[in-house]
Amino acid sequence: MVDLSIKIHELEFKNPVSTASGTFGYGEEFVDFFDPGQLGGIFIKGLTLKNRDGNPYPRMAETASGMLNAVGLQNKGIDHFIENIYPRLKKFDTHIIANVNGSTVEDYIALTERVNELEHIPAIELNISCPNVKEGGMAFGVSCPSAIAVTEAVRKVYDKTLIVKLSPNVTDIAEMAAAVEGAGADSISLVNTLLGMAIDAESRKPLLSTITGGLSGPAIKPIALRMVWQVYKAVKIPIFGMGGIMNATDAIEFMLAGSSAVQVGTACFIDPQAPVKIVQGIEEYMDSHGVKDVKELVGALKS
Amino acid sequence: MKRIEDLHLKELRWLNSNSYVLELSGSEAIHDIRPGMFAEVRVDNHPEVFLRRPFSYLDYNKDEKTVSFFVKAIGKGTRKLGTLKQGDTVNVVHPLGNVFSIPENKKVLITGGGSGIAPFIMLGRALKAAGNEVHIITGGRTEEDILFSSAFEEYGEVYCTTEDGSKGEKGLLTQHSLFEGSFDFDLIYTCGPEGMMKAVAKIAKEQDIECEASLENLMACGFGVCLCCIQETDKGNLCVCTEGPVFNTKDLKW
Repeated sequence: MVDLSIKIHELEFKNPVSTASGTFGYGEEFVDFFDPGQLGGIFIKGLTLKNRDGNPYPRMAETASGMLNAVGLQNKGIDHFIENIYPRLKKFDTHIIANVNGSTVEDYIALTERVNELEHIPAIELNISCPNVKEGGMAFGVSCPSAIAVTEAVRKVYDKTLIVKLSPNVTDIAEMAAAVEGAGADSISLVNTLLGMAIDAESRKPLLSTITGGLSGPAIKPIALRMVWQVYKAVKIPIFGMGGIMNATDAIEFMLAGSSAVQVGTACFIDPQAPVKIVQGIEEYMDSHGVKDVKELVGALKS
Repeated sequence: MKRIEDLHLKELRWLNSNSYVLELSGSEAIHDIRPGMFAEVRVDNHPEVFLRRPFSYLDYNKDEKTVSFFVKAIGKGTRKLGTLKQGDTVNVVHPLGNVFSIPENKKVLITGGGSGIAPFIMLGRALKAAGNEVHIITGGRTEEDILFSSAFEEYGEVYCTTEDGSKGEKGLLTQHSLFEGSFDFDLIYTCGPEGMMKAVAKIAKEQDIECEASLENLMACGFGVCLCCIQETDKGNLCVCTEGPVFNTKDLKW
């Protein structure tokens, strides 16, 4: 028997595989495909204080080895979530982690306080990296002073595990990571999507209503891996690595680069069983490579 | 219950220069399949095709455990699928989406344009079985686009239009003489290019007839998590993959 468990701050995860926010709904959408209780955690669809309709159609464009999205945090707001969705999520035998969004620091604080009341949500992922909203979102995650300000403010009102999700759309990811660590983050998740664009040469129009959107999928994996490695060297807090993970080998590469855990995102759209196959694949890799504890893989990159 | 299955290509039958029927065997999901639903088909071994492709079911065969899809080879994914050989594995997530209404003993009109005719063989069969008087009109650019007429004839009265007049009446689908004079349908179904569906929905609204449209917005997942295929409706932005693909046109912001 291999040990797949990992610890992020004070939170024990049964294995290092979670699903990335916005790619796994609230988990319920996948119960026909597998039991989400087999996962380490579920990072649920991004929450905001109020209802958001998101951006106009079209919001998606396929690209080589990936896709662009410009959903824009469509969700029905925290009240609807607490009343209608949260009660149903208690049945999942895994950690439910809320992805928290806001346009202002006050929004982030108010939403965090609401989520803090929810007994079955042991952690939040502070999303300062959404590229698809006009106000807030990524704006907080591309400058150190604003990332520090929002992280410190949320830290003051939140005692449970605080994960900060970083944007790759920065010059120096290690500097951002060190900044949020200093501001009180318990963990860092990276990367959110890369800002990108697609054009139809025939119509000469952009393929997204918002012109630009967030690129995800295997196309961004080398960049994400590099950033995880840079952040691993710069901070002491554990990392959730993500960006184009399609299979267990990809997940193991992220762990070798320094991730304590991984999030599977866009892969869920193409193979809805990808997250659970990745758990199995990591176990097989450990068996065949004589690794008894998955934590041995973290940062085990050879030079 | 939706599922993910490895099926095998039984037959790939080209109908004209750009359309084919993809028939896959080995499906265990057949008892769940109803008119209006669709499947997400994975396209393998193409470096620029990343996402699955959604197709309405053309038909299924319970005894042979086969499902078939009508595919227009208009993009990288659909052209790649068109190169599959007998026996090749095709991975499918299905059945997905909602269904058309099936009334009883009514007079109904089915309007299909282009690849929008795909869901209407199953619909026509279900409508006839429920005692409805079925009329089916299909429209295309040329004679080559008018497909499945003999299948449709089993379920009702069949009409067609072509833009060049090579078959049926010349003009757009909604210019057919069927739409003139007494127009006493209880329900209209439409699937095809958005302009055509909007024109059909407008006629339905003017005549105070219920109209159901099957939409085909771009989607990534097909089961309600990516929130990419949204359609503006009176109830907000709804996912075409889970709240649709079939919508009552009076709910759409058309």
